[in-house]
Amino acid sequence: MTSFDTIIIGAGHNGLVAASTLAAQGRRVVVVEAAAKPGGAAATVEFAPGYRTSGLAHIVNRLAPEVISSLKLDKTRFEGASAPTVVLDRNRGPVVLRGGYGEVVEGVGADEAKAFADMRRKLLRQADILKRFLARRPPRPGDVGFSDMANLGMAGLSLLRGGRDEARDFARMLLMNVSDIVDEYLSDDRLKGLVSFDATLGIQLGPRSPTSLLGLFYRLTGEAAGLAGGQYLPKGGMGTVADALVGAAQKAGVTLRLSSPVKRILTDRGKVSGVELEGGETLEAAVVASAVHPALTLRGLVSPGEVDTELSRALKHMRSNGNVAKLHLALDRVPEFAGVSREDLKGRLVIARSVRHVEEAFNPAKYGEFSPDPVMEITLPSLSDPSLAPSGGCTLSALAQYAPYDLKGGWESGRPQFLEAILDAIETYAPGLRASITASELLVPPDIEARYRMPAGHWHHGELQADQMLLNRPAFAVSGYDTPIEGLYLCSAGSHPGGGISGLPGLNCARHIIARNRS
Amino acid sequence: MKVEKFNDPLARRSHQLHFETLRLDTPFQPRLAELSQTNDWYSWAGYKAPHSLYDEELEYFAIRSTAAVFDISPMTKYRIAGSDAEAFLNRLMIRDVRKLGVGRVHYTAWCDDHGHVLDDGTLFHLGPSEYRLCCQERHLPWLLDSADGFSVEIREETTDIAGLALQGPTSYAVLRNAGFAGVEQLKPFQIAHFPLQGGTVTISRTGFTGDLGYELFVPRALALDLWDRLFTAGAAHGIRAIGYSALNRARIEAGFIVANADFITSETALRGNRLRTPDEIGLEWMVDMEKPNFNGRHAIQIARTKGKLRHVLVGLEIEGNVPPELSLVYHRKKKEAGIVTAAIWSPLAKRNIAIASLERPYGSRISDDLWVEIYALRELQYQKMMKRAKIVPRPFIALPRRTATPPALF
Amino acid sequence: MKTYDAIIIGGGHNGLVTGCYLQRAGLDVAIVEKNAWVGGAATSRELTPGILYSNCSYVCSLFRPEIMRDLELPKHGLQIIGYEGGAVFTRDGDYLASYRDHDSHRREFARFSARDAESYERYARDVTKQCRFIQPLLMRTAPDPFSFRPRDISELMFLARKFGDFSAAEMAATLRFWTMSISDFLDEYFETDVIKAYLALSGIIGTALGPMSPGTAYVLLHHYMGEVDGSVGAWGYARGGMGAVTQALASSFMASGGTIRTGAEVEQVIVKNGRATGVALSDGEEIHGRMVVSNADVKRTFLKLVEEKELPEPFLHRVKHFKMRGSSGKVNIALDSLPEFPALPAGSPCIRGDMHFTDSVERMERAYDDWKGGRWSADPFLDMMIPTTIDPTMAPPGQHFMSCFVQYCPPKVDGRDWTDADRDAFAETVINQIAGYSPGFRDRIIHMEVRTPREIEAEVGLTEGNIFQGELTFDQLLFNRPVPGYAQYRSPVAGLYVCGSSTHPGGGVMGAPGYNAAREILVDLKRPRQHMSHAHDVL
Repeated sequence: MTSFDTIIIGAGHNGLVAASTLAAQGRRVVVVEAAAKPGGAAATVEFAPGYRTSGLAHIVNRLAPEVISSLKLDKTRFEGASAPTVVLDRNRGPVVLRGGYGEVVEGVGADEAKAFADMRRKLLRQADILKRFLARRPPRPGDVGFSDMANLGMAGLSLLRGGRDEARDFARMLLMNVSDIVDEYLSDDRLKGLVSFDATLGIQLGPRSPTSLLGLFYRLTGEAAGLAGGQYLPKGGMGTVADALVGAAQKAGVTLRLSSPVKRILTDRGKVSGVELEGGETLEAAVVASAVHPALTLRGLVSPGEVDTELSRALKHMRSNGNVAKLHLALDRVPEFAGVSREDLKGRLVIARSVRHVEEAFNPAKYGEFSPDPVMEITLPSLSDPSLAPSGGCTLSALAQYAPYDLKGGWESGRPQFLEAILDAIETYAPGLRASITASELLVPPDIEARYRMPAGHWHHGELQADQMLLNRPAFAVSGYDTPIEGLYLCSAGSHPGGGISGLPGLNCARHIIARNRS
Repeated sequence: MKVEKFNDPLARRSHQLHFETLRLDTPFQPRLAELSQTNDWYSWAGYKAPHSLYDEELEYFAIRSTAAVFDISPMTKYRIAGSDAEAFLNRLMIRDVRKLGVGRVHYTAWCDDHGHVLDDGTLFHLGPSEYRLCCQERHLPWLLDSADGFSVEIREETTDIAGLALQGPTSYAVLRNAGFAGVEQLKPFQIAHFPLQGGTVTISRTGFTGDLGYELFVPRALALDLWDRLFTAGAAHGIRAIGYSALNRARIEAGFIVANADFITSETALRGNRLRTPDEIGLEWMVDMEKPNFNGRHAIQIARTKGKLRHVLVGLEIEGNVPPELSLVYHRKKKEAGIVTAAIWSPLAKRNIAIASLERPYGSRISDDLWVEIYALRELQYQKMMKRAKIVPRPFIALPRRTATPPALF
Repeated sequence: MKTYDAIIIGGGHNGLVTGCYLQRAGLDVAIVEKNAWVGGAATSRELTPGILYSNCSYVCSLFRPEIMRDLELPKHGLQIIGYEGGAVFTRDGDYLASYRDHDSHRREFARFSARDAESYERYARDVTKQCRFIQPLLMRTAPDPFSFRPRDISELMFLARKFGDFSAAEMAATLRFWTMSISDFLDEYFETDVIKAYLALSGIIGTALGPMSPGTAYVLLHHYMGEVDGSVGAWGYARGGMGAVTQALASSFMASGGTIRTGAEVEQVIVKNGRATGVALSDGEEIHGRMVVSNADVKRTFLKLVEEKELPEPFLHRVKHFKMRGSSGKVNIALDSLPEFPALPAGSPCIRGDMHFTDSVERMERAYDDWKGGRWSADPFLDMMIPTTIDPTMAPPGQHFMSCFVQYCPPKVDGRDWTDADRDAFAETVINQIAGYSPGFRDRIIHMEVRTPREIEAEVGLTEGNIFQGELTFDQLLFNRPVPGYAQYRSPVAGLYVCGSSTHPGGGVMGAPGYNAAREILVDLKRPRQHMSHAHDVL
């Protein structure tokens, strides 16, 4: 039996951030990880001999500055130019967005560029208000402290700073669908398609679903390369971020236990006492923070009698089915996308022709069918970091949706069909690409579930929709990182503010643990 | 965990015509119908049930002086079985189910996550890993959701099992005469099984009257056999069938509470301030903080330590002879302190008794100078009275024969 | 020439309600209606000999009892009869019925799932809690959170107190409820497709959303917050069709001295020096008034009836982007005999209620997908009823009037205008849906009136045929309805008010927008309002 102050379950980015933050306070922290490698969804994998890529997340666009500074990560590793976004189009050629979410837009007329700039300004302003709520515990009625009031007050002030009409527009837009907003501002289908895609990527909504604008706000609350809405492909793949977090953890004195899956969390009468590993070993600690999915934590690792029925029911009904597939291709040469410069290929390529395209890709997903004409974002990571592919070769990494977890007929037969659909789509923009494929790997949500122990393969650990946000994430009773079980905390993407490689759930949770134990 | 579903369209269709019968008959309805002179029926959970059969008052006296039979078939009954049955029930109930031996019954209650009482009822430990839960409200979804992760089967058996309460001083004599030898050995809250017409009747020494009494459960098909056997055997012992009004008097005397009469169950309450923790309806003695976690434990603990208990349920003795049903309770005749949920003139205690829900500190810190405002309607005119109320312990009556084992033969 | 105190454009139910209250406050009011009759979307018309049709609206629940009482509508002939049940026919030849009797209702659900039958209790409790929260807001003007005027602040405080009655967990649940789809909401309670389909229908009726769209749980509330004589959530028939509601209003209005001008189509609101001074009719006649109140939807009012130059650009921009996409059609059918539904056993009361043919949420959502794609639903959702089974006054003995509300039906077909051929094909889709469950149905039809959004707009004037005068999404509710900053029945033009369903609390034959508008007008005129009842208590 070994004893620690704190046990963190899962060495994904949130687990590592929480561990480092707690260890920096002098706590003895151990991170137990089921896999043989740390990093979770932020790791780099070799999927074919000599071909490496980010295993799941492949673009850095929201690693929180609070995390970088609080963990004293080497800032220079997270700086640099923001990568462009290229919206592919066969007929009219691509639209290219540069800077933080299209500070400059190329490939459209001056009027449309201005319209986009107007919309962008408005959205960024509104996202900036929402951003205040990310790096802190969500405000909870009945439990609102001074700092919550102060923050709400500040949000209110910044809301009014732009004038009454801007404030009114914020209240109007907050829960709108993205389609009506792009229709209000834009006329170019390529831009409308892109914005629709970005709002719904990783979310089980179509652009015409009310509240889908929130997905875009969430995206725009992220910053990278020093820019709101910025993005870049990390050298060495997302594993670079994982490595940096592991490094910080080790420096802080965190013990990392790999290949140590947790069998159960030990609790008695509402109090946590440690964890039991699959191997039978018991680790003791008065504080356990789980960076795995909240439902897995409270309905899987904690014995069923320890979690009350309504909470258990709420977590059971938390919508958390993944709908994005991850494609890895090993190419024997660098592909050519019509009209896209070699330099822009280092950015993010998006296939989303119009709002309608995204919406119609979404339709079948409601009924457990994959999109026959999928939408996707493509990166070629080896162009930014040649070490990721053998010389002359190229690595392609893509996120394609919609790929519902519960596919009618099952993914065994569905996977090759969906792969064909994706490749058909890419081929139309990059003729000849198919012929250059030497190896491919398509991870559909059940594969992601199996590989990353992410239930139902959802990278947000639960749908990031209005009813599962803030004080309702993952469920009201456990939305403040703590649980009814004393000493047990939640710090995964399933907690506020949600998924993406931000590290904020881990940071917020760790800070909450520290505050709780101080008082 | 098992859920009954009727996915077979044929089976589903065979039940279509239920709309023609709004109120169902219990298995005993043929006998009740024969005996009913008042034709005074009400709906109990969708079943036709008697308010009275011939004379409310005399029916009450059957409970207290001879033997009264009350049809409890409409009571909701669940069969809970499986290897995790005990663990499952223990996470559900505020009492420690591990302490309930096979062949025993206990009165218990269960709460939601917020520690608000969902219902109270009796739990029968019928055999190893086999239980029956009897209660007022329906709880299938709650039971099934609570059973997530437990190896347990939950089946509602309300319609399959017929039940009778046989209560009163001569109830033992009736049973003995009916051939249930050995029933005298049953202690309060004990269960025994007896053969009946090739089937089994389960008899427990339980009841809702505070008197000597038993509850009998049989498969539906044996219901009338059981009834006839009891009435044949009981003819010499003054056996009478009774309706709910008589039973209600007896239960108030015994100080028992009724869900959705003396408190509102948490799944039916629309208004947040109507919810009650066990401590607020006199069930604090059941809450076992030492046993493993149960639904509501965390919330009850917080409510207790942070002083969030807002109400208290008390027994009242009220001067005068007008029962203050649903009257307001006042402190110093001025400040509203609560409401009377049940009240009668007790023929046994010869006084006005009541159960009341008070808002703390009334009933806890402040227990004197309480008054009940009574509006007595007499010939189209209200006579308004302010009567002094005194908090007294429940039960209002204590009958040695309730617990005497073996019971006396009257 | 006469100058009225107020001219009301459009004799729909809200225009009539506003008219009644203003007239009773001592104003001299004229209601100007383009049709030869009043009633708007709640009109009963004899379109084939002896048979009355409820033109658009066909059932009643939302109409506020406070208004019925204030305006003495029963005296003017209004009578509402609750209906007896309802059914969803399933494709396997069975049906799910809904019964008034609580135990029957449970037993019926239990035919499909014992668990669902009991879950319904918790579901009903939770929905009722939400209703209890929203009901007191209906007869109040939505406060503007950004005005900082004392009245708005005190209204906001009222709302905060209302919300403050909830426990923290209930507040969280309310936030979820308001942002959820009805499908997700129902998934938390039920496991049976047909039960979910039956309950989901209230989440989509009249909206341009599918049951899987977030926000449809709120729409459900919009259909549950009404009542029939205190029975909250109940629906009923108006004796004589829904026209009985507006006829009673018109009669009440005229009895108090109001003027109704039918066959008078308003072409323009006359604005002089930034102030509305009357209306110009299409025949050139001008009617003068000290104020103008528009019962027309906000788009028709400000984009067609008011000159662009009179309106500030941002307001105009918002009105242009106010969403009122039509999503429903209506088929009114006269029948020579009562249709048979072999699935229903003899004596079933379901025939005297609302009947449906969509037995899964997926079918409902797929019907919506067709609409999104610009077509009417191939497998449409129908809310069908035969009012004459309860109200024999609407047809000769033995004959029947059948009302079929149909969803989804787009304002344009594949982006182009409707043609008569489209309309007939649409009707054929509807008839086929019914005939699939009612053999010989087609042969019973004596006469039929088909309304696509084109017909609805042409007769009733609802832009794009949207029956709620604007979609019920968050961005168009409360202080956002119809336009943020102009959600209190006033407009940028002095003396020009709006009183239709485009305003809070929205659509349905509720009368609350008309009531609220009348109150705001009387506040501006500093007139007494004793004749306006306060909202009933929600205990």
